Amino acid sequence: MIHYVNLAIKSIFVENILLAFFLGMCSFLACSKKVETAVGLGFAVVFVLTITTPICWAVKNFLLKKGALAWTGLSDIDLSFLIFISFIAVIAAMTQIVEMLVEKLSPALYNALGIFLPLIAVNCAILGAALFMDQRNYNFPESIVFGFGSGVGWALAIISMSAIRKKLDYSNIPAPLRGLGITMLLTGLMSVGFMCFAGIRL
Amino acid sequence: MAEALLSKKNKKLVKDGLWDANPLTFQVLGICSSLAVTTQLKTSLIMAFGLTFVTAMSNVVISLMRNYIPSKIRIIVQLTVVSALVITIDQILKAYMYDASKQLSVFVGLIITNCIVVGRLEAFAMSNPPWKSFLDGLGNGLGYSAVLVILGIIREIFGSGTLLGYHVIPRSFYDAGYVNNGMLVLAPGAFFLLGCIIWIQRAISGYAEVK
Repeated sequence: MIHYVNLAIKSIFVENILLAFFLGMCSFLACSKKVETAVGLGFAVVFVLTITTPICWAVKNFLLKKGALAWTGLSDIDLSFLIFISFIAVIAAMTQIVEMLVEKLSPALYNALGIFLPLIAVNCAILGAALFMDQRNYNFPESIVFGFGSGVGWALAIISMSAIRKKLDYSNIPAPLRGLGITMLLTGLMSVGFMCFAGIRL
Repeated sequence: MAEALLSKKNKKLVKDGLWDANPLTFQVLGICSSLAVTTQLKTSLIMAFGLTFVTAMSNVVISLMRNYIPSKIRIIVQLTVVSALVITIDQILKAYMYDASKQLSVFVGLIITNCIVVGRLEAFAMSNPPWKSFLDGLGNGLGYSAVLVILGIIREIFGSGTLLGYHVIPRSFYDAGYVNNGMLVLAPGAFFLLGCIIWIQRAISGYAEVK
C-alpha cells in the first residue's frame, strides 16, 4: 500500500507531469486565463487520465507486447512498434466515449466540461502518461495510481496558474512580455517551487 | 497559368513560419517538446529534424486527401497519418541512433500530439494544395527548429559547459572559480530561457498581446 502512496506523491509533486516533464503545456498556456475554465479542464484531465492509462496498459499487455498474443495461438508476434498508433487511437476513442457517457449520465457535468473533452485527445499529457507507463513497465494497479496522480498534478498546476494570472491583470507588464512571455517566467518560478518536494517520500 | 514553384507568395509561406508567425513564439504551439529535449544540442537537432519532416510530410498527405475526409472524423484521420509518420521516424532512430532514441525517450512519440503538427493540418493543409502545404509545413518546422537550436546551444554551453559533447569552456575558467549553471539543465531554467526568447523576439517584431 505504502508503495502506491509513494507513487502518487511522486507523480503529483516531485515529478509533476507539467512542471518537470513539460507535458500539456499548450492547453496549460491557452486555458489558464480564467479560473473556472482551468478548474473544468483540470477535472476533465484527471478523469480521462485515470481511465486511459490503465486501458493503454491492457492494450499493451494483451495485444502488443512480444508474446502477448499467445492466447490466440500466435505466440511469437511482436507488435510493440504499433504502440504509438494504438495508444492515440485508444485515447481518441476514450475521450469520445467519455464525452457521450457524461452527456447521458450527468448533463450538469457535461455543460461544465463539454467543450474541453474533445480537446483532451490532443493534450500531450495524456499520451505522455501512457508512454511513460509503457517505458517504466508499471503493473496494472501502478498504472491506475500513476494516471490519477499525473492528472491531479496537472490540475493543481493549471488551477494555481489561473489564480496567479487573475492577479496579474492589475500589474503593468512591458508590452512584448505580456501574455505568453510572463506566463513562461511564472511557470519557471512555480517549477522552482515544486522542486522543493524532491526527495519527499513516506 | 500555373504559379511558379518558388514564386514570391510561396516564399512568403516559408518565411512566415520562420519569423512573423513563428509557431513557438507567436502561435504558442508545440511548447512541450521544445523544453524537454533541449538540454543538449544533439537531441535538439534530432528532434528539430524529426518534427520538420513530420510536419511537412503530413501536410502533403492530408492536403492530398483533403477532399475525401469527412469533417466529423478528421481529427482521427489526421492523427492516424501523423502517427504512421512518427512510427517511421521512431523505427529509424532505434535502428541507427539507439543512444539518442533512448535519451529522447517518450518525446519522439509525443510528436503525434505536438500542437504544431495538428495545428498546421487544421489551419492550412485542410484547405490548400499539396505544394503550398509542403512549404507551409517546412516553414513552420524550420521556425520551430531555429528556436530549438538556440535553446539547445545556450542550455548546453552554460548548463554543462559542452557543445555536442565536446568541452568548449576552457579548463582555466573552472580553475578561476567558474561553475556551470546547473539550473539551466533543470526544468525551471528552460522556462525562464524560453520566456526571455519570446520577450526578445516580440520586442523586435513589435507584436504584443492585447489584454
